[in-house]
Amino acid sequence: MASIDYDSLIPNNVDLTHNRRLKRALEKWQPAYIEWWKSVGPQVFPTNEIYLRTAVSTEKGGWANFGYVRMPEYRWGIFLADPETDRVIPAGDDAGKPVWQDIPGEYRNVLKRLIVVQADTEPASVEQQRWLASTAPSLYDARNLFQVNVEEGRHLWAMVYLLHAHFGRDGRDEADELLARRAGDEDKPRILDAFNQPCTDWLTFHCFTCFTDRDGKYQLGALAESAFDPLSRTCRFMLTEEAHHLFVGESGMERIIRRSAQLEREAPNGDVRALGGIDLPTIQKWVNYWYSYSLDLFGSEVSTNAADYFASGLKGRWREAKDYEDHSCLGKSKTIAYVEGGALVDRDIPLRNAMNELLREDYASDCARVVRRWNKALKDEGSSVEITLPHPRFFRRQGIYTDAHFNTSGELITEAEWEAKMDDWLPTDDDRAYVDSLMKPVLGQGKFANYIAPPRRGIHGNPVDFEYVRTDG
Amino acid sequence: MAEFAYPPVDFQTDPSRYVHWDLEIDGDIAHLTMHIKEDRPMWDGRYELKLNSYDLGVDIELNDVVQRLRFEHPEVRVVLLGGAYDKIFCAGANIRMLGGSPHAFKVNFCKYTNETRCSIEDATAHSGQTWVAALNGTASGGGYELALACEEIWLIDDGNAAVSLPEVPLLGVLPGTGGLTRITDKRKIRRDMADVFCTKAEGFRARDAKKYGFIDGSFPRSKWTDGIAAHARTVADANAAAWPQRQGAGVALTPIVSTPVDGGWDYRSVQVRIGGDYGDRVATLTMLAPEAGDTPSRDGDTWALRAFRELEDALLHLRVNHLDVGLIQIMTRGSAEALKVHEDAVLDGASSDWFWREVQLHQARTLRRLDNMSKSLFAIIDEGNCFVGTLFELALACDRSYMFLDDDGENTVELTRASDGSFPMATGGNRLDLRFPGDAEAAAAVRDEGGPIDAEAAEDLGLVTMSADDIDWEDEVRIAIEERASLSPDALTGMEQNLRFGGAETCETKIYGRLSAWQNWIFQRPNAVGERGALTMFGDPERPIFDFRRT
Repeated sequence: MASIDYDSLIPNNVDLTHNRRLKRALEKWQPAYIEWWKSVGPQVFPTNEIYLRTAVSTEKGGWANFGYVRMPEYRWGIFLADPETDRVIPAGDDAGKPVWQDIPGEYRNVLKRLIVVQADTEPASVEQQRWLASTAPSLYDARNLFQVNVEEGRHLWAMVYLLHAHFGRDGRDEADELLARRAGDEDKPRILDAFNQPCTDWLTFHCFTCFTDRDGKYQLGALAESAFDPLSRTCRFMLTEEAHHLFVGESGMERIIRRSAQLEREAPNGDVRALGGIDLPTIQKWVNYWYSYSLDLFGSEVSTNAADYFASGLKGRWREAKDYEDHSCLGKSKTIAYVEGGALVDRDIPLRNAMNELLREDYASDCARVVRRWNKALKDEGSSVEITLPHPRFFRRQGIYTDAHFNTSGELITEAEWEAKMDDWLPTDDDRAYVDSLMKPVLGQGKFANYIAPPRRGIHGNPVDFEYVRTDG
Repeated sequence: MAEFAYPPVDFQTDPSRYVHWDLEIDGDIAHLTMHIKEDRPMWDGRYELKLNSYDLGVDIELNDVVQRLRFEHPEVRVVLLGGAYDKIFCAGANIRMLGGSPHAFKVNFCKYTNETRCSIEDATAHSGQTWVAALNGTASGGGYELALACEEIWLIDDGNAAVSLPEVPLLGVLPGTGGLTRITDKRKIRRDMADVFCTKAEGFRARDAKKYGFIDGSFPRSKWTDGIAAHARTVADANAAAWPQRQGAGVALTPIVSTPVDGGWDYRSVQVRIGGDYGDRVATLTMLAPEAGDTPSRDGDTWALRAFRELEDALLHLRVNHLDVGLIQIMTRGSAEALKVHEDAVLDGASSDWFWREVQLHQARTLRRLDNMSKSLFAIIDEGNCFVGTLFELALACDRSYMFLDDDGENTVELTRASDGSFPMATGGNRLDLRFPGDAEAAAAVRDEGGPIDAEAAEDLGLVTMSADDIDWEDEVRIAIEERASLSPDALTGMEQNLRFGGAETCETKIYGRLSAWQNWIFQRPNAVGERGALTMFGDPERPIFDFRRT
């Protein structure tokens, strides 16, 4: 077990104290990070005491220390999961050989790019959500938002550590750039489009946290199978934190859905909106939108880059080492439906070129599991409605389905059919205006906005009406 | 795998048929937008033109744009080259197209695209039409090389967009469209930073690209449109002051019409025949002087423009669609007097009238295409020939020339001022002087001659390789051609390229010379095109394997 250096400015288990160059690089970056946090991080309750979890070690339970913290004083640290002895490269042409502790020169640039793209999403979502707490449906939800925010911040730290430790001057430049780009900024936008739209309502927040952060889980999972061991260890530790974000989104959506079913029952004619709730058809539209948007983040169905990453061992499949026997994937293919001449035609493509699609399928089945839990909640509330996931071809703006139109079952439709049905499937301006109209802060202890059910239990054994945010300072 | 037998390529197009380019002319500024349709490659179904990548079809349209802007839009003073897609300006030549192309096609593709880029520089230098690359997203490989052909390069600074030449690290080949030569010789970039740039697949974003000279400037996204527009205005105003003679309406380029005939095809002033006495490896190209009574006219149909456009088309067809042809006999027919009338219209007009200047420049470019043929060129100067003035440049461009020695000295050639520098080679020099390297007196003696020169005198003056009388003529020509046709085509291509471009180098000669030598060598090597070569493996699920021994 690596010892934790509690005394230093930056809690870590990477022996920062004895790596003066790295320590100096990070200590220089740290003030810039705090400046960034203050200027574009949470703008509501920015210096109030929040009941947050802080990782102080990688030991069992060490990553979950709870207490009141003012966010700018949060101790963002650097933690790598403990090394696995004799770990071997999980995937690609060099599968079975010892993992790399240093980056082979030939992969430095491409690995740096992979890390930068992943890292860029972390500060981006903090920026997207920076005003969201002004309409928090409860203190509990505000606290969950802030927990997600500080952990995105820590994930940025984790990635910046890798850039500083392994990528030389280029890495330091990239670390600086991560603080220079801004979500939605015309001149310095974040790299991925999904991370440039502001998040202004809590239905969107919970969809984003459930679906888009889940993309992060799978990307981290693929990087956890990397031949570059420090990246693998970093991502393995991040995955444990990511689980909380997913819990926030999944349970947040469930609470909105559950509340919708309750209001449907209470309203004389089932008109949920009349009682100030979010009706299930509207929720379904948000699901359609964010699920398909998140599918885009996996990249094109057929990708030479994905094949290269796999071949060179930079990324593996989800649970590559545990779940697969053949780690080369040569001589195998995957059938992908292409749009050709107005019809879907199956084509076999080499399996390595389909790595994005494989990861997307793992993601999709995880999402399906989540939706089954929501439907169980709906059934418990006596509703006959079910939430469904649209087909992965629906409303895609990346990959091979971009230029065609599909219905939610994945069948090809004409542009006219799309135009006619689009408003039934995706949020309209009216829907957004309605959801926005519900966004009013509810800040009393134990109080919740009408459109969302209280959680079953509070955080870390505390009651639901616990003072998760000290609103008076 | 059998080599792909590609269908014949058609080099003619016009704006009504453009698929991949949007051209909008706004007063003196032309907005040319690269807008490539990925599902419209030149060879249907073989590859997709993703990420604004291009193939020969795209470049044939671009070449047409360059030509037409010069002739049809003299009012245009700036050409703003941009891309239609967000984030990516152009990813360069389509790699799957290159990977699936026969070697000869790859070479011809590179040569043609280079000629298009040189014509962009020619337009900037000689027509007062400054090309400005406005890179609204990443320009990689051939995308950046296209930008390098422009006078200025501006790159959007959005934290993502970059310029790059990733050929070496990603594909195991070279940036073959002048990229390496232009960064050192045109943009004068330090060789160590050029080395870093060319091995860094992701390239440089605006800050570093500007710092080391890979771009001229940048604007953030919010100031991009206005910034580029204001800059274009400045350049356009400067050009208006510098090129006052470019006034008046444009002149439409007329369609080039060719007619298939037995054993070849005909244009109005150019005839091509393949086969005949020497078999399919020899072609005969005959250029016809203007007919008697055909007077020069200031339009697209005038002989000096039309005939050279026909010659250009014939040369391109011979290059790309007739790979078996290894030797071209070049002949001429017609009246010296008519030829000189048309030549005078061009050379007299060029000093004051932009149209005639453009005709002259086009003739020069076409002659440079002739210099760049990777086929042996023999001038056959027989009775009835019209190797006079401008057309004598054809003979000077040939590797050898054979002249029929008649009894009464009526078979003659004649030089005019056309050989005094009107049609410079890629080296910048003119063909007559370069014919006599280190011997200025020999060239002066030719110029002193004046008037028609018979075969005996021509041989004495060094203007022809050999003259032969009626007893020897047929045999000498036959043997020379048969001998030539028996030699290794590869060795001949290399030898001819060496011998044709004696003297000083320019950016342009380096581009073609190094394409012929280095790139074509690399394109043949197992490390690029072997079973596990980088180009072969690109896009495949397996990685390349190199033979690391250096030559």
